[in-house]
Amino acid sequence: MTIDWFPLWLSLRVAALSTLIALLAGLWLAWLLTGREFKGKHLVEACVTLPLVLPPTVLGYYLLVLLGRQSPLGKIYEWLFGQPLVFTWQAAVVAALLHSAPLLIKFSSAALESVPRRYGKAARTLGASEWRVFWRVSLPLAWNQILAATALAFARSLGDFGITIMVAGNIPGRTQTISVAIYDAVEGGRGDAARVLVLVISAVALVSLTLASRLGRISVGKAA
Amino acid sequence: MIDARIRKGYAGGHDSAAFALDIQIRTSAGVTVLFGPSGAGKSLTLDALAGFVRPDDGRILLDDVLLFDAASGVNVSPQKRRCGYVFQSSALFPHMDLRENLTFAAGRLPRLERRRTVGEMIEQFHLTEVAGRKPGELSGGQRQRGSIARALLSKPRLLLLDEPSSGLDNTLREELYRLLAEVRVRYRTPILLVTHDLDEALELGEEMIVMQAGRVAQSGAPVEILNDPAGEEIAALLGRFNIFDAEITAMDPAAHRSRLRCTLAGGRVFEMDGPYFPGHLLGARLRLGVRADALRVNPYASAGVPLKAVRVSRRSQSYRLEFEGGVVAEVAERGFEPQSHNGEWVVQFPPDALRILK
Repeated sequence: MTIDWFPLWLSLRVAALSTLIALLAGLWLAWLLTGREFKGKHLVEACVTLPLVLPPTVLGYYLLVLLGRQSPLGKIYEWLFGQPLVFTWQAAVVAALLHSAPLLIKFSSAALESVPRRYGKAARTLGASEWRVFWRVSLPLAWNQILAATALAFARSLGDFGITIMVAGNIPGRTQTISVAIYDAVEGGRGDAARVLVLVISAVALVSLTLASRLGRISVGKAA
Repeated sequence: MIDARIRKGYAGGHDSAAFALDIQIRTSAGVTVLFGPSGAGKSLTLDALAGFVRPDDGRILLDDVLLFDAASGVNVSPQKRRCGYVFQSSALFPHMDLRENLTFAAGRLPRLERRRTVGEMIEQFHLTEVAGRKPGELSGGQRQRGSIARALLSKPRLLLLDEPSSGLDNTLREELYRLLAEVRVRYRTPILLVTHDLDEALELGEEMIVMQAGRVAQSGAPVEILNDPAGEEIAALLGRFNIFDAEITAMDPAAHRSRLRCTLAGGRVFEMDGPYFPGHLLGARLRLGVRADALRVNPYASAGVPLKAVRVSRRSQSYRLEFEGGVVAEVAERGFEPQSHNGEWVVQFPPDALRILK
């Protein structure tokens, strides 16, 4: 039995990149959503949660419409990078991002909300700007929970199937992620290969979740 | 000098009742105490002054600096108001050590000066040995000192303290009072302090603002308020008053005397001498208040009201006697101890201690 390990490396790379983007975008959104009220906040929150409840095919369809070669965004991407986005491994990153970012944003917001308000208030009376309050006070106090959410998001982005197959396809050696490869192996009657990949991906996910649970338990904010 | 008029209404929700804050504060005292029961709007007032709550209407002036004005739309951000805020439970940042906490507050100073100022502050507040510790490793008193030092480092125009002594034992409380006295002398920063502890209000306050249900019920020097509460509600709030009905049965303006028929809760009626109450006619019904520590009790006396003691409890430096009819007396421990098992007492209500409550 020869196993092609490319899908595993691709998935790890896709998951790492999408998690990084999700973390940056998530922190920004979490900052936007916590501690302030604005018109349409509920709509923004609903939009953030939407990918968690919509079927992957629907999300994939939206992405194809939004990023396909005929769409303005797709055209801009093609003009910038000289190649279309859909059916490349970068499209798999977008798919994984859509799959995992909502979780990260939800949990990061919850983590930031859980920081007792008096710390932020104290910092503001000491003249700290909103930006400084976020970076020096709120974020460090919520950091462990945010890291836990990040580990969770990483584990989740490893597992996307539906959106990936719609926007990145199933091109062995180019866009075939591990979950797609498992599907492919089962369909093609390569049971041993499927079994090995299943065990490997389960192990990686288990390690991420253990990490997440350990990080989530340590809380600096509870001291004092 | 604080000159503030704040109006803020909250519509009731399914888990909260409607609440309206409507107060006017004008004080140039060194230490002003906001006194009142929980839910009177004391902390909300602090939040409005510090800029965390935007009033619906009003104006906040601090030393001639306009912080808020509903009419012209001025609303200075909390960052720029320079109100130092010391919270009920320490708000020292738990992930920074004490020195880092103080340095955070001195962020506006140039680097060299920042180091020096923070160092001086740490020394002045006797925190040198613990400057490298996280707040979680400090004692309650050290945390308290650290919080005040940190607030002062941002050079506040006004220092707001929200129940600073809650959770501190007696020794630490005394230490806090000494510290605040020192802060007043050294920094000349006016202090606005929230408390529901009357002793604290008396100890610290030059001016006291009694708040109830979102309004200022009375303001003035603490001793004056204690001696002459403006109404029955305030007397009840101060918690040391006996309140009962009385009717003027005779009076002698020349001798500055009157005779009163009093009715205690439970219906017990007795007669006693009172002062002459100008403006009240014979037969007028009054609501009278008398401080618990103004009553005199004796095992035997010719004049006075014989009352049965229901409960005797020991206080740190006094005894508290509860009599039938809800009358409460606080008496000094000296001289009382040998008679503490006595059941029947003669209680005297000194005429000059009787106050009319509206």
